Amino acid sequence: MIDKKDVLHIAALARLTLSEEEVEGMTKQLDSILGYIDLLNSADTSGVEASAHMKYDHNPLREDATKESLPHDELLRNGPSVRKGHFAVPKVIG
Amino acid sequence: MEYEIVIGLEIHAQLLTKTKLFCGCASKFGDPPNTNGCPVCLGLPGALPVLSGLAVEMAVRMGLAVGCSINNKSVFARKNYFYPDLPKGYQISQYELPVCGPGFLVINVGGVEKKVGITRIHLEEDAGKLVHDQDVDSLFDVNRCGTPLIEIVSDPDMRSPQEALAYLAGIKQILEYLKICDCNMEEGSLRCDANISLRPKGQETYGTKTEIKNMNSFRFMEKALEYEARRQEEVLDSGGKIIQQTYLWDPSNNKALPMRSKEDAHDYRYFPEPDLLPLTVEQALIEKARASLPELPQVRKSRFINEFVLPDTTADVLTSDRHIADFFEATLNFFNDARQVANWIMGDILRIMNEQKITLDAITVTPARLGKLLSLISDGTVSAKAAKKVLDTMQSENKEPDTVIDQLGLRQVSDTGALEIALRKVLDEHPAEVERFRGGDKKLTGFFVGQVMKLTKGTGNPKEINTLLQKLFG
Repeated sequence: MIDKKDVLHIAALARLTLSEEEVEGMTKQLDSILGYIDLLNSADTSGVEASAHMKYDHNPLREDATKESLPHDELLRNGPSVRKGHFAVPKVIG
Repeated sequence: MEYEIVIGLEIHAQLLTKTKLFCGCASKFGDPPNTNGCPVCLGLPGALPVLSGLAVEMAVRMGLAVGCSINNKSVFARKNYFYPDLPKGYQISQYELPVCGPGFLVINVGGVEKKVGITRIHLEEDAGKLVHDQDVDSLFDVNRCGTPLIEIVSDPDMRSPQEALAYLAGIKQILEYLKICDCNMEEGSLRCDANISLRPKGQETYGTKTEIKNMNSFRFMEKALEYEARRQEEVLDSGGKIIQQTYLWDPSNNKALPMRSKEDAHDYRYFPEPDLLPLTVEQALIEKARASLPELPQVRKSRFINEFVLPDTTADVLTSDRHIADFFEATLNFFNDARQVANWIMGDILRIMNEQKITLDAITVTPARLGKLLSLISDGTVSAKAAKKVLDTMQSENKEPDTVIDQLGLRQVSDTGALEIALRKVLDEHPAEVERFRGGDKKLTGFFVGQVMKLTKGTGNPKEINTLLQKLFG
């Protein structure tokens, strides 16, 4: 069972501010989603190896050869604000 | 109450690959800001990570060097957090299934050997860098984003700051021997966080721990751990409780400052990284890595003690740094007296390095040159005392020993004719001493030899002078 406290905690982690109604709605919806997971959990998987992926092949590896990075200006292009060749971001403390 | 200190360390080591962990951008310290970045490490939508094979190999080598089991299958995980220095908003790390399982390192503190358990070693990407140069905003540099790291997590097995230092030194030594990390703590290529708690002596369960970050030197780490142990002791003794919290060591004020202590700060909601398949490490790769392991520090130290008959402490200093040990062995190819070579490296090469605050790279005295200088001492061309001056000049002027000896006029005079002239002059000038010497005051031998040395500006061969003196009064 998921309750309001869980929803508020997750919202805080995601930096979301939810209204009272949204908290109600989310609690119901998340609870029904988790209910579905419970249904999946009821399947007998003893003897089946846990997998992190649908497809378990091998993970391709890369040679240690440098590739060209984006040109400096291009790299910074999506930054909302740029100063001294850096992305200027809201003040971060610590 | 008497307490026992319990310390566990998390060591982050930047791997010496040319590229980042998940993209081909250069992974290099000191490049101009925001010049090494691409859609992958900038976290642009749709960009997919591709793992560096070399980084995996390096992690496996480290694992093997500290006796870890290597997991044939390991899984990358997303660590979710609003990182101010990772544009993706999550860090790709490993969580439940790391690449290396349990291992250990043997440390030695005050002659007592102790096995410190290693819980795991996993691969993860480094974050970028933030510069705080004014109050208005922070400046972000993506260059370090995605640099490959291994995180080496110890068991809570250390019982004093000294044991923690010895463990860190041991790990650093191995990383250097494997050439997988340059271990520059100031530049941050080797970083260490500590978990520390106290428990009443004899109690089995652990006390509440705190974490200390930002100890970017051995000295800071020692101070920080001592500070925190003392602080916890005071809190406990006054009946207080330790609050699980992260502190940043502030070296300028010798204080640990608490970081934000939000309850949910550690709720990282790990889940398997959907953009990467589980990592398979084939047995063949493990065997290849095992075969490529160099002689490790503790083995090398024992060999130095046995093969070259060196005292324990000498072998310890020589092998503490791979480069010094290599330098020592290379010099033996040119002058095969291990004790002499060891003494000159420990006494003079290390002295020059300390005085000038330089590393061995900046020493211009090559093993060949040091070996040559030692043979020139041994054949009497230069005195051992004068050779120290010669060595300094060899270093500062990047020159061969012969050249420097002539340049400084320190070629030792063994020519008995020239020495006899000098000795006779000294005897003429000191009739009183000559009388006493004749009367049996043999202590004056040193005085005469010293005077001749002075007269010959240190170039006289003291052994020859001695012989002459005996002959003249014999």
